Amino acid sequence: MCELGVTSHAFGHGFAGARFFPATLSTDDPFVSDELSLPTVSTIRTPDGGGTRETDISVDIAKRITPQFGIEIRETLTVLNPHEGRATNGFGNLEFAGKYQLLKNGPHEAIVSVGLGVEIGGMGSSSIGADSFSTWAPAIFFGKGFGDLPEALRFLKPFALTGVVDVAIPTSASTRAITVNDQTDERDIEIERHPDLLEWGFALEYSVIYLQSQVQDMHLPAPINRLIPLVEFALETPLNRGARGPTTGTINPGAIWAGKYFQVGVEAVVPINEHTGNNVGVIAQLHFFLDDLFPRTIGRPLFGGNK
Amino acid sequence: MNWICRILFFCLAVLLSASQVSAHAFLEHSDPSVGSKVHSVPAAMRIWFTEAIEPRFSSIQVFDATGKQVDKKDTHPDRSNRSLLQVSLPPLGPGTYKVVWRVVSLDTHVTKGDFRFQVAS
Repeated sequence: MCELGVTSHAFGHGFAGARFFPATLSTDDPFVSDELSLPTVSTIRTPDGGGTRETDISVDIAKRITPQFGIEIRETLTVLNPHEGRATNGFGNLEFAGKYQLLKNGPHEAIVSVGLGVEIGGMGSSSIGADSFSTWAPAIFFGKGFGDLPEALRFLKPFALTGVVDVAIPTSASTRAITVNDQTDERDIEIERHPDLLEWGFALEYSVIYLQSQVQDMHLPAPINRLIPLVEFALETPLNRGARGPTTGTINPGAIWAGKYFQVGVEAVVPINEHTGNNVGVIAQLHFFLDDLFPRTIGRPLFGGNK
Repeated sequence: MNWICRILFFCLAVLLSASQVSAHAFLEHSDPSVGSKVHSVPAAMRIWFTEAIEPRFSSIQVFDATGKQVDKKDTHPDRSNRSLLQVSLPPLGPGTYKVVWRVVSLDTHVTKGDFRFQVAS
């Protein structure tokens, strides 16, 4: 009976075989899990309006419905502090996502998942630029540890790669904003186009946990023995509607410390080009493993957890 | 700053309301240690984990370079330390050995792993 019971937790958060994958900060990881990110805080100065500091504070909860299928809900509070003028803040659109784990291969530390996300338009505050239309985003996620490299390359085994590719499809091709000039009484119509976006990102990480327990015990002290240095790439490329242009995004080097019940991560946010921005930002996250904190209640799948 | 206090309070509440004191069990250290080269082989392969484990569903196996299992197939816990698991070893000759472990922590999470150690001539 216990043997059946333990099976339900064998595929908890971030494991494929002997590999523990941390939850990444800037790109979604491929695992279906019971986790809570609270908060994720990022701040960067964007080129908008002559330089606007944008600070996002978000909460993200992921819940397994079955061992292979989970849902995710995210909400973000955005604070915009322009170079000139008053600061404004407000909530963004609520985001929902579903993710299904297609494949997991323990010996090769590999995982592939598919998902569908939606940002529900009109729920957020227009003062911080929340879209009035919804955006759908079908996605494919992957993760691969390098633990199956030959022994001659054993110190490369702690490396792992996770990534996501999705296409964000707005339900509105464009929006119009009409402004009236008080002096001339002329009406200006501004059309903003909303192209489909190819969003792609990946994270290359080196797990000291894996090094110590699978390759070579270096007798590293805490907290170094639980560190996972990584670099994330979060990029997007417009695909159509006259907006074909350069890819924008950021490269985010940083580190994650993973403990028993939670992990803490911090990364620099470095724009890849001037279209993205010229200033370096930062992102930090406190992330709870609900399957470890509450293994018999909210930390297990709603259905199929005992099979 | 009000929202910061609320978030911190919530995080503290989450941690304090955790119903279990167990989590995924990671390998903490072992004897012989991971990736080491030893000159004398101990009587048992011993692995310390980060959590107390359920010995009935946990195992350690030791294989030689040809893939033959060489341990005495008597995986058992330490009586005074529930996070220590061990399997008896016969005298081992020089060579590389692979240790494969799979453990279940008290909250039923399963973790597994493997590593190698060498016996010098």
